[in-house]
Amino acid sequence: MASVFEYAPAPESRSIVDIAPSYGLFIDGEFVEAADGKVFKTVSPSTEEVLAEIAQAGEADVDRAVKAARKAFVKWSALPGSERAKYLFRIARIIQERSRELAVLETLDNGKPIKETRDADLPLVAAHFFYYAGWADKLEHAGFGASPAPLGVAGQVIPWNFPLLMLAWKIAPALATGNTVVLKPAETTPLSALFFADICRQAGLPKGVVNILPGYGDSGAALVAHPDVNKVAFTGSTAVGKEIARTVAGTRKKVTLELGGKGANIVFDDAPIDQAVEGIVNGIFFNQGQVCCAGSRLLVQESIQDELLESLKRRLSTLRLGDPLDKNTDIGAINSEEQLTRITSLVEQGEAEGAERWSPACELPESGYWFAPTLFTNVTQAHRIARDEIFGPVLSVLTFRTPDEAVAKANNSAYGLSAGIWTEKGSRILAVANKLRAGVIWSNTFNKFDPTSPFGGYKESGFGREGGRHGLEAYLAPSSPEGER
Amino acid sequence: MTMPTNAPTAAHALKDVTASDSTLRRFLHGLPGVDAVGLEARAASLGTRSIKTTAKAYAIDLAISMVDLTTLEGADTPGKVRALGAKAVHPDPSDRTTPATAAVCVYPDMVATAKEAVAGSSVKVASVATAFPAGRAALGVKLADVRDAVAAGADEIDMVIDRGAFLAGNYMKVYDEIVAVKEACEASARLKVIFETGELSTYDNIRRASWLGMLAGADFIKTSTGKVAVNATPANTLLMLEAVRDFRAQTGIQVGVKPAGGIRTTKDAVKFLVLVNETAGEDWLDNHWFRFGASSLLNDLLMQRQKLATGRYSGPDYVTVD
Repeated sequence: MASVFEYAPAPESRSIVDIAPSYGLFIDGEFVEAADGKVFKTVSPSTEEVLAEIAQAGEADVDRAVKAARKAFVKWSALPGSERAKYLFRIARIIQERSRELAVLETLDNGKPIKETRDADLPLVAAHFFYYAGWADKLEHAGFGASPAPLGVAGQVIPWNFPLLMLAWKIAPALATGNTVVLKPAETTPLSALFFADICRQAGLPKGVVNILPGYGDSGAALVAHPDVNKVAFTGSTAVGKEIARTVAGTRKKVTLELGGKGANIVFDDAPIDQAVEGIVNGIFFNQGQVCCAGSRLLVQESIQDELLESLKRRLSTLRLGDPLDKNTDIGAINSEEQLTRITSLVEQGEAEGAERWSPACELPESGYWFAPTLFTNVTQAHRIARDEIFGPVLSVLTFRTPDEAVAKANNSAYGLSAGIWTEKGSRILAVANKLRAGVIWSNTFNKFDPTSPFGGYKESGFGREGGRHGLEAYLAPSSPEGER
Repeated sequence: MTMPTNAPTAAHALKDVTASDSTLRRFLHGLPGVDAVGLEARAASLGTRSIKTTAKAYAIDLAISMVDLTTLEGADTPGKVRALGAKAVHPDPSDRTTPATAAVCVYPDMVATAKEAVAGSSVKVASVATAFPAGRAALGVKLADVRDAVAAGADEIDMVIDRGAFLAGNYMKVYDEIVAVKEACEASARLKVIFETGELSTYDNIRRASWLGMLAGADFIKTSTGKVAVNATPANTLLMLEAVRDFRAQTGIQVGVKPAGGIRTTKDAVKFLVLVNETAGEDWLDNHWFRFGASSLLNDLLMQRQKLATGRYSGPDYVTVD
């Protein structure tokens, strides 16, 4: 729709990032080809342009990387915490120095708007390294015993929605506690992890402490199953999480899983309405809704339903969808064709089940993977769109009459990762939060992250916590070390 | 923008609100609360919109046309007011395509002089009345102040509310005063109601004051006098834009917004225009509905305009001092 005040496009320059035509695996401080020579391509979701060809890790490569990490573990874990902290601080500072480059890279590879990579992802990535650098020499004060010891080699598998941030969540605490790492980034977004490998070299990190193995699910499966991996950390879908749990069952491997979610965002009639609307938008349209803790179920008190929905629709009409490198873009591209297909099919089911679908007038670019911000009203707990994680810009709106009903509906989910409460009444925030079974509960805000705050789920949203002091526990053995010491 | 279909009923319903002290209080305290963190975050995030090239040229001209060029000093002279009027009509003598400002804003005793200075142009004369800026005078004095200005030909009256009464919870007194001043404006002058948001101290109060002003018949709601420490901010202006948007949705009546004080640069002004565009909507992107109360802003707008036209930065000597 033409408007009086048209913002001219303001694209961030992509020339500040230099993407090589091909990348190897990062093993023992070197970029190497895959043993079987396999490669795959990574594309930019907003244009479908091929960005680079990436080496694909096979079982032999996993073995090589785990061996390198095992060897490096001996020296790395023996370093005083203050020494490890120096490396982590150095990495954090390099990330800050290169943040504009990394923000552009992440936007190209993932499809999310530059506004988000620049203002949310990269500052948080640096903050996580700074935060865990601070813990490295204070582990005996963390509350996990007098001399907590590292576990050994951590095999980490991360998703494509926040490639660099999930890497930071995994690698920073692992290194701070003295573990070494083999990390597999997602096949659609391997680039920022490979740039991170370069940052490790720039920081002079000892060889083998961090190893990066791009690849598909089978590469991840091989890593998780490798007998010499002591700790498995995974963020991704619940289905894959269940497979991993089966793989590690009966072994001595420690495991943390951060899986799907279907977060309830509960708006009471005394909520600060304008800010609640912003919070709902941020809760479900941040990163095109491809967020495991997204507030994808809006539970609104019946008495303000009409008013709130009207405000919400008006607000959605101002969202700007398009070129993710444009600084004015609010909604970028869906990460992959596969994900777009999944979103489309779930939305079609929602319509078939009788829920009412609404999207603002919104022109989608011709190439790339795009999905307009979508609202579903007349949704009930029995609808699939109220139960399944869609992982896209699709909000299901349900109503409730009493706080008890809100709590019952919010908890009636296979997941339990996040929830939001909107009310001006402080006592209600506390009362409702106490009854919600979710790992993170925001009040009068949504999707706020901080390295000091633990993050993780209930039920099918996984177990274990990342971030904060709690995040150290997953990488520490309280008494005797399980790794080679 | 579509008008709500139930507008007449809603307007009628709001009439009952001012029936008594207690109904008014209940209504104002029943407005949705404001979460300060969320409000400021939203204002900051809209401040990151990147406005360049054609969008910037449009925004600069729009902002110039929205300026209430102001002189409110004890030392004002007729000469200064005439100079101000001339500048309002032709802000940039070297480039006659520059739009005129919306108005000149002066004390009541200068209205006649200002009126002469802008005669024959689109520029309006606004006057701060009602014992500006403190508002601490008897109602009779305030009304006399207003009548003076209106009689001298003021097109717009900027009144200050009685902050003492507002903070004491005496909403009806504030309401009655605004109604009385609106009457004194007769049909000839539009009324801008100044809240002095820096003294109202909470965002909840600013939202209540906004609705109070609109219920009493304000044509414009205005942040501040420019005479206190905290004047217009992106957050309080965003909040007032939400209020006028919601008020129109309920009553069908459109009210203008004027942030005043502290907006000095083109960059700041453009951020405010983005707030208008994305909050109240494009119906407010017009100097009939949005104004900047700023005196030093105009020169920066003019210098940026010259830069866009010539590709070079000029300097403070390439625009007039007053």
